[in-house]
Amino acid sequence: MKHTLSPQRYLILLAVILSASFGDTLLSHGMKQVGPVSFHNLGLLLVALKNPWVIVGILLLIGFFASYLTALSWADLTFVLPSTSLSYVIVALLSKFWLHEDISIYRWLGILLIVGAVGFVANGPSLTEHPYPVGKTL
Amino acid sequence: MTTVGPVETWATILTVAATAIAGDVLTAGAMRRIGDLDEIRAHSGLLGAIKAVTGSRMFLCGVLSMALSFFALLFTLSNVDVSLAAPASASLTFIGNAAAARIFLRENVDRRRWIAAALVCAGVALLSR
Repeated sequence: MKHTLSPQRYLILLAVILSASFGDTLLSHGMKQVGPVSFHNLGLLLVALKNPWVIVGILLLIGFFASYLTALSWADLTFVLPSTSLSYVIVALLSKFWLHEDISIYRWLGILLIVGAVGFVANGPSLTEHPYPVGKTL
Repeated sequence: MTTVGPVETWATILTVAATAIAGDVLTAGAMRRIGDLDEIRAHSGLLGAIKAVTGSRMFLCGVLSMALSFFALLFTLSNVDVSLAAPASASLTFIGNAAAARIFLRENVDRRRWIAAALVCAGVALLSR
């Protein structure tokens, strides 16, 4: 197993990371404007669909799913998941600098661990070679 | 805010993780069966790629599992503190995915990938504090 990724494929992984983190953050920002939704006023969810932040957030999350599936079509699940976990870090940074949430020392430590994990796995091969199609074992 | 006992708490968290793992592994298996999406898009265009993906029964089962996981998470969050439920289910999903990918997808989960999964798992737990 000695697969390495082309620059274009690294861009797809970057798209997974950025679309997931920005999508989640925009949804969070939009839903804070909409207000709390409970089982008694589920209709508020339809109102949320008119909020521009929510709309862009949903579009970004659709983009996330498309790029995530593309990445899974040429890389192992155990490569894609840790590589794209940088999105946790970006969400934390966006919530601190844009949404002005507090980030404790534990969170910074968590961010450090995730960055370490990404460095660990990104240096390795991206795909396991199989003599015959994987799907046949499932 | 946790309103249920430890057995129910961990049963619901395990359900969230198990359905998430099933979703991830089925989706990844389907994408491996379908083949390189970049090549499919080059040959049959974007619509051809969408058709190839949505026509896969394994992919649809994966999406169904992800939806089940989402509703299981909603159920869990209505009974268990988010500070326990979210990191516990995310961490279990990471470790479970490494094991399931090795067993079902026959991925070469070497020491490097196990360490990466464990680091992300610990990182997610710390992020939630």
